[in-house]
Amino acid sequence: MAVHGFRRSFTGRIYLRTDTAERSILTDLVGQLEEFVAPDDDWADADPLARMVGIDPDAERSDDPALARLFPDAYSDDEEASSEFRRFTERSLRDSKLAHAATVRATLVRSGDKLVLNEQEAQSWLGTLNDLRLTLGSRLGIEEDNHDDFLELPEDDPLFALFHVYDWLTFLQDTLVRALTSLDTQLLDSDLPE
Amino acid sequence: MGTAPVELERPDVESVTAPDTPWITLVWNDPVNLMSYVTYVFMTHFGYSKEKAEKLMSDVHHEGRAVVSSGSREEMERDVTAMHSYGLWATLQKDD
Repeated sequence: MAVHGFRRSFTGRIYLRTDTAERSILTDLVGQLEEFVAPDDDWADADPLARMVGIDPDAERSDDPALARLFPDAYSDDEEASSEFRRFTERSLRDSKLAHAATVRATLVRSGDKLVLNEQEAQSWLGTLNDLRLTLGSRLGIEEDNHDDFLELPEDDPLFALFHVYDWLTFLQDTLVRALTSLDTQLLDSDLPE
Repeated sequence: MGTAPVELERPDVESVTAPDTPWITLVWNDPVNLMSYVTYVFMTHFGYSKEKAEKLMSDVHHEGRAVVSSGSREEMERDVTAMHSYGLWATLQKDD
């Protein structure tokens, strides 16, 4: 798939060269992520005061491993405290993931083959790429030492495409982190901005 | 009712400012989060130097977890909330 990762230009802008197919895949993935993390809602009927301060009295740990990973328990040894913490924080965590996803979608919609991000949009991309990778990684059953097993999957394996998308998102996220932190890479950057 | 000043029990200042059992935030290893990203998060959220952030990331990766901050319970809840918003797997507990 893509050979381009994120880069920082000489003028300090974060950018990514993409084609239509890549942007379409990313847009699909972000849409799916939004559906996945959106709460299924009696929120509208909730106590207005609770709603105003972001408390979700119904929040509980999901049985879905991917959701449990996106919204983990805050206490490893105290179920009661974890539930309490979740009621106070999960709603805003969901909202922040949705806000990041909406930003990413907007940058995809407005962009042609060169997608340019400001710092805030880059943070949203970082968050959304991570959420997508956590979700796909959980679905795939990625573990510490089984990466090579996935590389050997035959093309007709149902997980083949999913794994290659996961691998591509990994590449994008890694290059985005490096673009945000490293000043060295721009000196090697032969792909000059317009 | 008398007018003598009531003897209030003085709070133990020592225990307020320096609790015997502070709380800690732990970040746990997971197979998905990138080493570069975890290092970036530690630098960005905690303001740690690159060296310290890389050391903590390496501890998470090799030891399975690392203590990334300590302080009051409220502070650790804020740190855990932040780690979760970055997608890191974090918990808080008393530092026993």
